[in-house]
Amino acid sequence: MADRAQPIGPGGVAGIAAAVAIPFLILLTTGAIVWVSESGAGLAPSDWAAIRFTLSQAALSALFSVVLAVPVARALARQRFPGRGVLVTLLGAPFLLPVIVAVFGLLAVFGRAGIVNAALSFVGLPEVSIYGLHGVVLAHVFFNLPLATRLILQGWQDIPAERYRLAASLGMTARAVNRHLERPMLWQVLPGAALVIFVLCTTSFAVALILGGGPRATTVELAIYQALRFEFDLTRAAFLSLIQLGMTAALALLAYRLVRNTGFDPGLDRRVMRWDGGKGILPYLDGVLIAAVTVFLLLPILAVVFRGAPEIAGLPSQVWASALRSVVVALVSTVLVTVLALTMALAVVRLGRHGGWVETAGLLAVAASPLVLGTGLFVLIHPWANPEGLALPVTILVNAVVTLPFALRAIVPAYRAVEADFGRLADSLGMTGWVRLRLVVLPRLRRPLGFSAGLAAALSMGDLGVIALFADPDAATLPLQIYRLMGSYRMDEASGAAVLLLGLSFALFWVFDRGARGAEV
Amino acid sequence: MRNFILGVGLLIAASAVHAEDKPILTVMTYDSFVSDWGPGPQIEERFEALCDCDLNFVAAGDGAALLAKLKLEGARGDADVVLGLDTNLTAEATATGLFATHGIGEAVLDLPVEWSDQTFLPYDWGYFAFVHNADMVDVPGDMKALGASDATIIIQDPRSSTPGLGLLMWVKAAYGDEAPAVWEALADNVVTVTPGWSEAYGLFLEGEADMVLSYTTSPAYHLIAEDDNSKMAAAFSEGHYLQVEVGGILKSSDQPVLAEEFLAFMVSEGFQSVIPTTNWMYPAVTPEAGLPEGFDSLIEVDKALLFSAEDARAIRGDALDEWLTALSQ
Amino acid sequence: MTLTREGFQLRANCAVMGPGITAVIGPSGGGKSTLLSLIGGFEFPDEGAVFWGDQDLRPLAPGDRPVAVLFQDNNLFPHLDVLTNVALGASPLARPSDVARTRAGEALALVGLTGYETRLPGALSGGQQSRAALARILLTDRAVVLMDEAFSALGPALRVEMLGLVAELLSERTVLMVTHDPEDARRVAGQTIFVEAGKVHPPAPTDALFADPQKALSDYLA
Repeated sequence: MADRAQPIGPGGVAGIAAAVAIPFLILLTTGAIVWVSESGAGLAPSDWAAIRFTLSQAALSALFSVVLAVPVARALARQRFPGRGVLVTLLGAPFLLPVIVAVFGLLAVFGRAGIVNAALSFVGLPEVSIYGLHGVVLAHVFFNLPLATRLILQGWQDIPAERYRLAASLGMTARAVNRHLERPMLWQVLPGAALVIFVLCTTSFAVALILGGGPRATTVELAIYQALRFEFDLTRAAFLSLIQLGMTAALALLAYRLVRNTGFDPGLDRRVMRWDGGKGILPYLDGVLIAAVTVFLLLPILAVVFRGAPEIAGLPSQVWASALRSVVVALVSTVLVTVLALTMALAVVRLGRHGGWVETAGLLAVAASPLVLGTGLFVLIHPWANPEGLALPVTILVNAVVTLPFALRAIVPAYRAVEADFGRLADSLGMTGWVRLRLVVLPRLRRPLGFSAGLAAALSMGDLGVIALFADPDAATLPLQIYRLMGSYRMDEASGAAVLLLGLSFALFWVFDRGARGAEV
Repeated sequence: MRNFILGVGLLIAASAVHAEDKPILTVMTYDSFVSDWGPGPQIEERFEALCDCDLNFVAAGDGAALLAKLKLEGARGDADVVLGLDTNLTAEATATGLFATHGIGEAVLDLPVEWSDQTFLPYDWGYFAFVHNADMVDVPGDMKALGASDATIIIQDPRSSTPGLGLLMWVKAAYGDEAPAVWEALADNVVTVTPGWSEAYGLFLEGEADMVLSYTTSPAYHLIAEDDNSKMAAAFSEGHYLQVEVGGILKSSDQPVLAEEFLAFMVSEGFQSVIPTTNWMYPAVTPEAGLPEGFDSLIEVDKALLFSAEDARAIRGDALDEWLTALSQ
Repeated sequence: MTLTREGFQLRANCAVMGPGITAVIGPSGGGKSTLLSLIGGFEFPDEGAVFWGDQDLRPLAPGDRPVAVLFQDNNLFPHLDVLTNVALGASPLARPSDVARTRAGEALALVGLTGYETRLPGALSGGQQSRAALARILLTDRAVVLMDEAFSALGPALRVEMLGLVAELLSERTVLMVTHDPEDARRVAGQTIFVEAGKVHPPAPTDALFADPQKALSDYLA
């Protein structure tokens, strides 16, 4: 085609280089893993148990999240009440919530000394333990019920309002509406939502690290961690990494194809126009449901905040040092992911119709579990240097790679839109290179850049994955520090540090996201 | 990319600001040793008063994880001395070739066993036991009774923790080929498996289980430090497995003389008198003042179980597989 | 020259003499905009060439051609103030020079937008936005101006006003103006190019063309 593409330029070349580097990094780490695990033995019974546990906890988590989300999403779709918008926004928040903070909160609510068990023993019922399968599933439902609700709510809102009007004019009962409008939508939305959650739960390391642990509640990723940190058995760690890679790669790519919507889209604050939500006891049932979910989501966080807030002032200096370290890690990782995403988006746009592979290359990282990437890097680094000494750079790199797909999904379409709207004008004015970036692209990309930078910063801030694998006793990040404080039962300090982490994560997101919106006119 | 290297460089530089004038002895040990209530702070103070050096403790998880960390670091590590391996790990540790002989010769020790290892030197010992609240009813009297009961227990992972590994050896020493069946019976009693002793004991104190794998000496902590006699160790009829905790010097040490001084200090009064009421174990050399009051109320162990270091190394792999298999079902 | 796209071919062989306004009319999908894109450098001919005088424009990027463009929409960057938008016509710098700012101010005065320098385009009416874009064209020293239905979003009265302004201010340049309204052509264009079904007819004097339309043109005008 003779469409006059812009010259690739240094930015585009950097983007192409990044796009080549990402799959290369993944291949390199995978290659290292394959190389090392070559001499590995077959699957031991405990390995099978780890695979079984990984899949069964993920399946249960996905099932509970989705099944519980359906009535909640329906309630949100058909009711309008003050604070609904806030609640829907809040449903997006667990994504930014550091896992260790949430788990700390869940322990405070569902642990042996928690509120739920106090209530249970008050009414004479046996106490429940949060450790093992039910704890892992509980934590995963806590994280993914909101995601499922948003995905399903989106499905409800995608049903055209005319159909509801038609249903109302035909005098359809709630049952008939359900059968003709809602069930077909749910059949379309639910499998994708369940699959996304399933994939997320197969790679959720931190939850299993804190709430799992026994051989009966060990995920494959936790087994990798144990092989490396407990036994320093590189061969086994690599072998398990291959298993994990095999499990997630296929699932993640499948999920990516199946689900185009990540539940982040704005516009969920619109109520579906329908005429069956206001009758009889429905509003009350919906109200109870919404209240219950709100309590389920807020109580653990409030528990952390109430316990930890008074402790912040008295936190020891090493907690503050680790907080500073975490902020630096998060910021550097954010800069890295933003530069990667921006140059890759540039390359995608400059290459025109030949640029698809650049985006795909970046999205490949979806299939890479951070822990597997980390294991590969560990194997690569170990012959040359002490991996612990490189804990922070590796954490920065892996976090950047892992958040790259989110950044690309936010930035590439926006970049395309900028070029479609203003590309020719900029061309005709002879704006190229830095001037074009500075005057046209960056101002137009403020929002997606701010959003993805905020996301990257918050995720990186709260990460407890690779850092645990590479754990350097002298250079803990804040989440690792909290994990260690919990391990040595300094719960007051741990709760204070958890509040600090919570505050820093959301503050970083807010600064980038709001900052970008505020600066946009 | 330069920013990122710079940022990390700043962090490393910030953590490297240290007193440069004194030699630094780095001692790698397990978490609870360096905690505020553990022996670490007092020992640091006492040794620094003797050596005109800077003693720097580095905590790296529980005892068994120390070995993994040593293998990971190889000869690149900063540590000069390692404290906290036990006889179940010393053979494997010696085989790594990372340790030097301690050079103390035949130390006079008050151990229930003979000691002739020239690489590792003991600093304390104790018997593993399940600790429970005094008000617990139907306290099991052996492993099989425990497995048959519905008492809940918290144990440690044998791959990362020396008590966890000790329990593995305990069951193996007492039951031999029956060990897998014993573990199968115990599996449903296990609430959770923690990576280290600290986590397990903390969970027990928070009420997460009826019993926790610890030591016969643990109740002494509650008795002496907290004036609380509500914790007891369950005496098991098949005997109790003995743990001897040891220290050793790394070949890669850049302070070999200082390291040897530290090991000599380790079996001296200054170190040993701290052990009973901070590490809550029996000291390797009984202090001049004898054991503190409260230790006399602890259960007596009639039958001590212990594999030789070589046997323990040989058994470990199979015993671990049995354990993993039984507990993962 | 020719340009072929999926099932569509544009053939052109004509010359336009400047200065003055030349209208480009014809049915939708006939190739009017494509013709302008070829001249502007946004599309590339498969065969043939575009010359300005004896200069072959093919190797030149859009910004290097002696061609300024007024698009149908998105003529102003919404995040830059009016003065900066206009000053970009002088030179594509991240910070406009003082000279460019002064010239931009003068150009804004010519189109009657004095006092609007620090406004953002979003705060301007459609007519004012067109004027600002026109002011930027004034700052460029490009001999050719392409207008691709630039005023089609404006009401009839405003459009007439804008065309008058173009005729007045751009009298020294060669203007090619795509329009869907033959009246526009009659009003300001000395010559008219008729484009239909991929064929670009050579320019003809507008009066003569409208007085004696050929078959295709008369169909179109009807």
